[in-house]
Amino acid sequence: MTDFAISGRTPAGTATDEANARVRARYRSETRFKFYGLTAIAVAALFLLTVLTDILVKGLPAFTQHWLEFEVLVDPAEIDPQGTKDPAIIRSGDFQAIARNALRNIFPDAADRASRRLLDGLLSSGAGDAIRKQVVANPNLVGQTIRAAILLSDDADLYLKGYGTKITKEVGRGVAVPSGTSGEITIVSSANDFAGELSNIKETVSKLARSGRAEAERLRRSAKDIELPKAEVEKALTAARSINNAPRVATLEQKLSQHSSDIENLTRGANEIEQKAAALQARFDNSTGEERLDELSPSLMVAINGGLVKATQVGSNRLTGTTLIPLTSAAPAEARKWHVVVYMTPEADRRVNDREVTWLENLRDRGAVQRKFNWAFFTSGDSREPELAGIRGALFGSIITLSVTLILCVPIGVAAAIYLEEFAPKNRATELIEVNINNLAAVPSIVFGLLGLAVFLNFMGLPRSAPLVGGLVLALLVLPTIIIASRAALRAVPPSIKEAALGVGASDQQAIFHHVLPLAMPGIMTGTIIGMAHALGETAPLLMIGMVAFIVEIPTNITEAATVLPVQIYLWSDLPEIAFQSKTAAAIVVLLAFLFVMNGSAIYLRKRFERRW
Amino acid sequence: MAHVEVRETADNESALRIKVTARGVNVYYANKRALYDVNLDIPERSVTALIGPSGCGKSTFLRCLNRMNDTIPIARVTGRIEIDGNDIYNPALDVVQLRARVGMVFQKPNPFPKSVYENVAYGPRIHGLANSKHDLDEIVMTSLKRAGLLEEVKDRLNDSGTSLSGGQQQRLCIARAIAVAPEIILMDEPCSALDPIATAKIEELMDELRKNFTIIIVTHSMQQAARVSQRTAFFHLGYLVEEGPTQTMFTTPSDKRTQDYITGRFG
Repeated sequence: MTDFAISGRTPAGTATDEANARVRARYRSETRFKFYGLTAIAVAALFLLTVLTDILVKGLPAFTQHWLEFEVLVDPAEIDPQGTKDPAIIRSGDFQAIARNALRNIFPDAADRASRRLLDGLLSSGAGDAIRKQVVANPNLVGQTIRAAILLSDDADLYLKGYGTKITKEVGRGVAVPSGTSGEITIVSSANDFAGELSNIKETVSKLARSGRAEAERLRRSAKDIELPKAEVEKALTAARSINNAPRVATLEQKLSQHSSDIENLTRGANEIEQKAAALQARFDNSTGEERLDELSPSLMVAINGGLVKATQVGSNRLTGTTLIPLTSAAPAEARKWHVVVYMTPEADRRVNDREVTWLENLRDRGAVQRKFNWAFFTSGDSREPELAGIRGALFGSIITLSVTLILCVPIGVAAAIYLEEFAPKNRATELIEVNINNLAAVPSIVFGLLGLAVFLNFMGLPRSAPLVGGLVLALLVLPTIIIASRAALRAVPPSIKEAALGVGASDQQAIFHHVLPLAMPGIMTGTIIGMAHALGETAPLLMIGMVAFIVEIPTNITEAATVLPVQIYLWSDLPEIAFQSKTAAAIVVLLAFLFVMNGSAIYLRKRFERRW
Repeated sequence: MAHVEVRETADNESALRIKVTARGVNVYYANKRALYDVNLDIPERSVTALIGPSGCGKSTFLRCLNRMNDTIPIARVTGRIEIDGNDIYNPALDVVQLRARVGMVFQKPNPFPKSVYENVAYGPRIHGLANSKHDLDEIVMTSLKRAGLLEEVKDRLNDSGTSLSGGQQQRLCIARAIAVAPEIILMDEPCSALDPIATAKIEELMDELRKNFTIIIVTHSMQQAARVSQRTAFFHLGYLVEEGPTQTMFTTPSDKRTQDYITGRFG
């Protein structure tokens, strides 16, 4: 005790203030650490959730598709003019024309070439395929009117999925009098039915006028800022002239003229903008003056007498426009019997114009539009048309490629692991090999792609874009992972098991194959499946060996050109069509589902075969 | 010495034939020497106990007898070990055959994670000792019976060997070892992981087994050595200090170190 007294120390665990403070600090530090851990997990979970939500929100619409379903005349003239009923002839018939004609029959007013082309554009280029299938299955349908499903184009599909425009509809309060039934007509309402729309437009005009004035003001200020340096240059010029410094006079004069022209330009620009702003202001001030509508403002329509008129010019009670759907009569429409319709998104900001919107809305009102599950996404290969594109080709490509990888990887990887772990003499050569295997696992995958390109394609002459080569390259990529995982699994088997086997007189090989390997198998399988999942998501090396081509055919063997899921995602993400964005997300959903299945089976296998000892 | 009770044995030890002969056995782990010039004769059909403090080389010596040291890459054995007059380190000798003749039971029970039946049947199967399923059943049952385990597991032959209790597992390992009909059974501290009741059962079993087998046991428990063995060898720091009949070793040891160890002054 005297020692303690001399050194001023008390035994550990004594409840002094200092000790208590230390205990509190320890608890604080533990609490803090727990908090950090929870925060990290929460942040990670949040990111994961965001990614998944984003992908699902974007991808899920691609799993459905809009079809038109109505009566279609299977015109023998287009399909089978001779009436042979030969399936081969029927198959080559122009079913696209049949789909087109059926749609044209619904909108007979779209008679001129431009309108027809627009109307035809609503249909997919594969619109006739479903009818073809139906008719080939039953040739007796030729010449009959059948109910058929017709696939819509990607833009029409997107519009119907809600990526078009918000539509507002207001009941007309006054009596509306149209001046005609088609073409350019005027509608006059007894109440100020269009005043609301007009004031909206005027509001925009006023905003434009304000920003114009601000811009003019800014230009004027810039001009003024140049006045001061200009005055200085003038002063310097006078001084230079007085001492007859000719070269300096020349440069100063040039500078002066530069300043003058700048000021002039700025002032002129300001004046022009101001004039425009003044004109806009005048339009705004004249609150009853008519306004012209353009494609940058929301589209204003009037639905009257069974037709639809698109406004080009609007006053508070008067509207001039063109008919998108002809009116059935020019009789005055009573109050509440007609509507003011606004497509909120300006035409310039949409993929479908006002006429197309009108047709699609009309079709929807008729009940001819159906939303169906997009089976084609799983049954067809790639296509340039988003509504026809599917992932079956990529899915099969992935499956075939991964099969090649699996068949190569598992025997080679496991054999290498067993040899290195159990049989290899522990010397420098083995050590070198081990270090290199570990290093290979860290080599960027694109390097394996280059290796595949150089060795398999250029040297060995294997076919380009083939799952065989893809599988070989991925096998190289995954082998180190599998070897490392298998070795870890073998090492995790307690040595007592091997000793027990050796103790009863089993040879090394018997001990390993009868006892060690079965116990290591769950670990080896888990490692293999995780390696395979890694290979499934690998893109870069496959780009190098040409598995990035546009391939429509679904591959059936290892030497046919193919692509794989991640490469398909990469290809689609690059395409300009908006519909491919959701296809991309949908393909990611499929890839993730594939990965979940693989990882799920890894967990299942591990749980199923795991042995305790 | 008073606390060590030595059991009188009826056997006439001198009449027993020598089974294992070790002459000038040295073992090196890399550059570290673990055994120095060990000379030891082990009589057949008896229990020989190897005792000594930890790290004295007794387990190392045991593992030389069935060449388990071969599995340690850095281990090197010199000298001569003969079983029935045949050098077991002769390059022409097949180590697998040797291990079939010299069975081993380990410190920690290590049954295969397979059924009780499979545990015992594995050895006979790889050595081709049974010609038919019936033969194999016979071997398994006999072995389990001789290991004193049959009564306890006869309804659980298909249960995993790892589901048995520690003592049962160790007896299963003994059954597994005797199933291949070895001549010698090496036991490396077979009771160190067991409770006293399980230990007593194993000791009884050893007494029974020595009628047919030569048993060499490494143990840390001097009482155990005194109870089960007929001969005892004392190892210290890699040297075989003293060996002789157990009774003599525990009552009148000739070496000071032996005396100190068995009276508990060190170890």
